[in-house]
Amino acid sequence: MSTHEETVVHHDIGESPEGENRPIARPAGANTSSGARRIIFLVLLAIALILPALLKNFVVFQLTQTMVYAIAILGLNLLTGFNGQFSLGHSAFYAVGAYTAAIMMEHMGVGYVWTLPVAGVICFILGFLFGLPALRLEGVYLALATFALAAATPQILKLSPLEHWTGGVQGIVITKPDAPFGLPLNQDQWLYYFTLIVGIILYICATNLVTSRTGRALMAIRDNPIAARSMGVNTSLYKASAFGLSALYTGIAGALGAIIVQFVAPDSFTLTLSIGFLVGLVVGGVGWLPGALFGGAFLLFVPNIAEGVSKGLSGAVYGLLLIAIIYVMPSGLAGFVQAIVNKVRGK
Amino acid sequence: MELLFQQILAGISTGAIYACMALAVVMIYQAIDHLNFAQGEMAMFSTFIAWQLIEKGVPYWLAFLITVVVSFIGGVAIERIVFKPIEHAPVLSHVVIFIALYSVINSMAGFIWDFTVKSFPSPFGSSPLFGSTLISSHQGGMVAVTLGLLLLLYLFFSYTSVGLAMRAAAANPASARLVGIRVSWMTALGWGMAAAIGSIAGMLIAPVVFLEPNMMISILLYGFAGAVLGGLTSPGGAVLGGFAVGVIENLAGTYIPVIGAELKLPIALVVIVVVLVFKPAGLFGRVVVSRV
Repeated sequence: MSTHEETVVHHDIGESPEGENRPIARPAGANTSSGARRIIFLVLLAIALILPALLKNFVVFQLTQTMVYAIAILGLNLLTGFNGQFSLGHSAFYAVGAYTAAIMMEHMGVGYVWTLPVAGVICFILGFLFGLPALRLEGVYLALATFALAAATPQILKLSPLEHWTGGVQGIVITKPDAPFGLPLNQDQWLYYFTLIVGIILYICATNLVTSRTGRALMAIRDNPIAARSMGVNTSLYKASAFGLSALYTGIAGALGAIIVQFVAPDSFTLTLSIGFLVGLVVGGVGWLPGALFGGAFLLFVPNIAEGVSKGLSGAVYGLLLIAIIYVMPSGLAGFVQAIVNKVRGK
Repeated sequence: MELLFQQILAGISTGAIYACMALAVVMIYQAIDHLNFAQGEMAMFSTFIAWQLIEKGVPYWLAFLITVVVSFIGGVAIERIVFKPIEHAPVLSHVVIFIALYSVINSMAGFIWDFTVKSFPSPFGSSPLFGSTLISSHQGGMVAVTLGLLLLLYLFFSYTSVGLAMRAAAANPASARLVGIRVSWMTALGWGMAAAIGSIAGMLIAPVVFLEPNMMISILLYGFAGAVLGGLTSPGGAVLGGFAVGVIENLAGTYIPVIGAELKLPIALVVIVVVLVFKPAGLFGRVVVSRV
């Protein structure tokens, strides 16, 4: 399976304002002008800022969880959408991030804010190291290797020698942080804003990355590894780095997830989570960064909706909804938005 | 030495299950060029159909035959109804459809036949084979059926015109179309055959692991592992890979102390990944060289 065929954003070649040869690098509705995009971004930001004041705490918590998933999917998108590597192992990096945060907070008494960079760095190193042997594998073989990682993670977390740190099957309970500086926010609202800030920073970093020289190198490897190598791109270094970077995003998401859920346990980080990220990535749009938010929402809400429709057949309802979405939007939300933009412009 | 021998034998008998599944995996991989996550669930559903028929009093072999035919039609139907309309969608979207199908089939089986464990009859009986308690006559029969199936497939793909057309359609769809092969129907045929082989695997496996909607999850994973280890382009390699996975898993569980039963699967997978790092196309796979 060659993963470079599945990117969505091949359709606007020759459209890009600055005439760049890699228009895929334009995130956010690839065709809209940067002014329009900025306005959309600011409107969305304003909505995001006032939402917690209007909604119940539980809904705020769900939105926070959506953003956390979105960050993890963003990480996966950097790897799959922009570098053409496939991973079923991101639940492992999510788990490492979550456990890093939990252990630092509960065993070492470190403030929750500081757990995020540490989780990110640890996951980057792990991802980079894992990426090195994975360099030789492609497509289904890489899927199998990453799958091994996902399958091993819950079992490793349960191992008795590590029980002192990981709490074994019981996991670790985390204290929920309060809002700092005496801000008039409850814990859920504060964590919402905190996640929002982290998410925006990570998103901006990702968009800058994919439009940079590094991003172009990553995409060149995705589109044609041999050509990229002959152009002087160090493919091994870039592929391993892409793995590390992707793991970094997912690890930070894991740390945030642990903080907001206040609990980590081995069985939350199974293959199901990895598959969930993959589904979220595809419904959001492979190779389109804003799609991650839609993917995150899908991951969180659709199973609940399916459960609401029919308890006994919730799995079937979920599957049918998923099929329906792919029918309507074969390239995920990204392709859908692209089609609308084209229509509005009368093409 | 005695222990080693016994563990290898036990590994071969569980490996027979994986080999069966690996064969079905390779079958669909030949037809559609990726792994089908819903394969195990399709096999499970077929097995439930067989179980229902046997419950209704249909003789075993007749039920077996009906199930294989129904599964074949079901496989073709899934390809025609679900995948035909989106054949130009990106590959990852297809993968997501597999996941969706997995969820639908699993949930339907649970809804129709509920989640209680059911026993499934074996046509070979369950007496010890060759006086060994480690491998039963059923498992011996399973090995025999798997190998027989492999031979049939080999003959089909090597000597019949349909088999050759299927291979051509999978290897080079554009050229195959130009020489008059109906490529999209070949894909459907591949789905049907994979579903049929899957149903045979399911019916052979069910007496060992018992019948319930989640019975196939781990078996499919081992089947994938076996197929990938042996080489996804080689049915014979896949069967051998399946046996190898069974043996590796058993030996790892016995001889690596800290591991225990829980880590059997990850260890087996790690071994496979290590093999793949040195032989990226699997042990018996064809190395695909692409022209730039």
